[in-house]
Amino acid sequence: MTDEKLKMQLSCPMPKLDFDIITLGHGSGGLLTNKLLDSGVFDLLSNDWLDRRHDGAFLELHGQTAFTTDSFVISPVFFPGGNIGELAVNGTVNDLAMCGAIPAHISLSFIIEEGLPMTEFWDILVAIKYACSQAGVQVVTGDTKVVERGKGDKIFINTTGLGSVHPNASIDIGNVKVGDKIIISGHLATHGIAIMSVREGLEFETQIQSDTRHLNHLVKECLDEFGKHIHLLRDPTRGGVATVLNEIARDSQLGVDIFQINIPVHEEVYGACEILGLDPLYVANEGIFLSVVDASIADDFVKKLQQHEFGQGAAIIGEVVKEHPRQVVLTSNIGGKRVVNMLVGEQLPRIC
Amino acid sequence: MKFISEYRSPDMVGQYLEELKKTVTRPWSIMEVCGGQTHSLVKNGILNMLPEKIRMVHGPGCPVCVTPLNLIDKAVFLAEEKEVILCSFGDMLRVPGSKKSLLEAKANGADIRILYSPLEAVKLAKENPDREVVFFAVGFETTAPANALSVIHAHRLGVNNYSILASHVLVPPAIEAVMNDEESNIQGFLAAGHVCTIMGITEYYPLVDDYRIPVVVTGFEPVDLLQGILMTVRQLEKGEAKLENQYSRVVRPEGNPEAVKVIQQVFKVVDREWRGIGTIPLSGYGIRKEFEQYDANLKFDVNIEEVEESKECIAGQILKGIKKPNECPQFGKKCKPETPLGAPMVSSEGACAAYYHFHQAIQDLETAM
Repeated sequence: MTDEKLKMQLSCPMPKLDFDIITLGHGSGGLLTNKLLDSGVFDLLSNDWLDRRHDGAFLELHGQTAFTTDSFVISPVFFPGGNIGELAVNGTVNDLAMCGAIPAHISLSFIIEEGLPMTEFWDILVAIKYACSQAGVQVVTGDTKVVERGKGDKIFINTTGLGSVHPNASIDIGNVKVGDKIIISGHLATHGIAIMSVREGLEFETQIQSDTRHLNHLVKECLDEFGKHIHLLRDPTRGGVATVLNEIARDSQLGVDIFQINIPVHEEVYGACEILGLDPLYVANEGIFLSVVDASIADDFVKKLQQHEFGQGAAIIGEVVKEHPRQVVLTSNIGGKRVVNMLVGEQLPRIC
Repeated sequence: MKFISEYRSPDMVGQYLEELKKTVTRPWSIMEVCGGQTHSLVKNGILNMLPEKIRMVHGPGCPVCVTPLNLIDKAVFLAEEKEVILCSFGDMLRVPGSKKSLLEAKANGADIRILYSPLEAVKLAKENPDREVVFFAVGFETTAPANALSVIHAHRLGVNNYSILASHVLVPPAIEAVMNDEESNIQGFLAAGHVCTIMGITEYYPLVDDYRIPVVVTGFEPVDLLQGILMTVRQLEKGEAKLENQYSRVVRPEGNPEAVKVIQQVFKVVDREWRGIGTIPLSGYGIRKEFEQYDANLKFDVNIEEVEESKECIAGQILKGIKKPNECPQFGKKCKPETPLGAPMVSSEGACAAYYHFHQAIQDLETAM
């Protein structure tokens, strides 16, 4: 846990409660639900919209608005470098950022398995609060349901988000053209490998921490400066970079060339992938994004990213080409070429 | 990464390719036996860097591909009907059985877990004394010591709710089966480096002598593979048939005697059915009588109807290098990685999947350009 997160947690001590686990009653909508929410949830996430405690929030929307939703079912709920709470905020914030929008309001919906220790729920809430304040978004409406033991996996979270589209933004697959450069904002596979390291049956010792973080400020700065030269932004979460690149090739009807030698992967993540028999191109990411930009700004764009805390590993990893339409071709470190396909099912570790 | 990056050096690769081009004068068909080698050839894009005269044939060394249909059905049966905790290496899960794969059984509620080590399964058995835990022990000689060790471990700890569904296969009999096939046109072999790390290299002398064929024990990194191919081509060009060890930094001639001892303690050599190929005499490991209480085959009443392989799948001919995957009428049509007819289309090491993902697609590209 970073110092800042620790500080946050210490400054938000869990209130004294007459229950230490979440029970079915806490999702009933009645007295216990109110007790749970009044126990500190509302105080922690307090803002003008939420404080009205109405069935929904009243928002003023101006201009083009991006709207997205995502559900978070990660196991384990607590992982090196974070927990499901910040993931749920950052995930939706980043999806909005990928639309070229400035995230502002999110909804927050819990499905909790009965028996979840209140201390864990509190840690998740604090992480949510922390992530919201970092990203500059507010939880304006929410819901809490509790399901019987065995019918959930500790806690599932859904967040939905709204944000105004940046006036300079023109993010559309239709803008992608031959010659565009493909840029990654940071190191691949860090989040996926951090999660893998604590999965039951696969545990291995590592210092690797998830890179879950909000990308909206960084994206906004890029849009401020480069505007319409940014043709597409994508968030290579599940399915990894390979899957997103395949989607870009498919939807643009153009080819994509990438160069392994330029693809940034942390040494220890690479090592873990070697041992586990996984390809970093298919491993899930959280704290990075992929941009397709006009070749004329590519170098400046990378420099801009590299100056930011969350873009230090940025690199041009490939380009859009007219050859081999709808296919992604990788040139390996040794100069060989292969087609990179979309992930089929889940990436399963190889035997040998 | 030290000891890996050196063997992925583009300069070295360039030098070996240059040397290969100088050396090769005639067309040669060389089989890389091990699926790990196929994977590396494909992943690094080596296949389309090689001189045209060298044809690499992807061999039967993919454990996922050669595990018989019946055994997958048994694993599914144990997980579903006997309600055991079935533990498996990851890539076995997607292989189609006659009715379903383990992944589908898992989705239907069976308790199936992906593990990296069979010792984890013993731990699981200890933690769940009221459940039976079965480890799906597939693989070549490489995974055999760990699987054998898990049985010894369970025995020592007095863990009685642990057993293994063993389907071990052996490399030398597979090479022999390929050579005995009249249609086979393989002229040299890259033997599997990691198998030899365990077993040593002496088993291959008789093959070299009997079939007059070069065998080069080879590693898995690009430089290893190219060096192994070069050593094989040099022999072929000179008309020699020798056993050579390219992977000497890892493989000792005597192998790993401790590991072999563990294997021999638990397993005995038995006839084994290979998916797509059929039964090869003395080509696998079965559990010795002393440890039969850990044999899931005996422990559970598994009466599974023998189901015939899909007639449309020509896996046998492909695993023996007689046909190329793209010569199969169903290749890329009915049979794709997301809807495999046979096992070689499942694992990324499988010859058909490798071809589908990489080789074939590159050829398409070249024709399109």
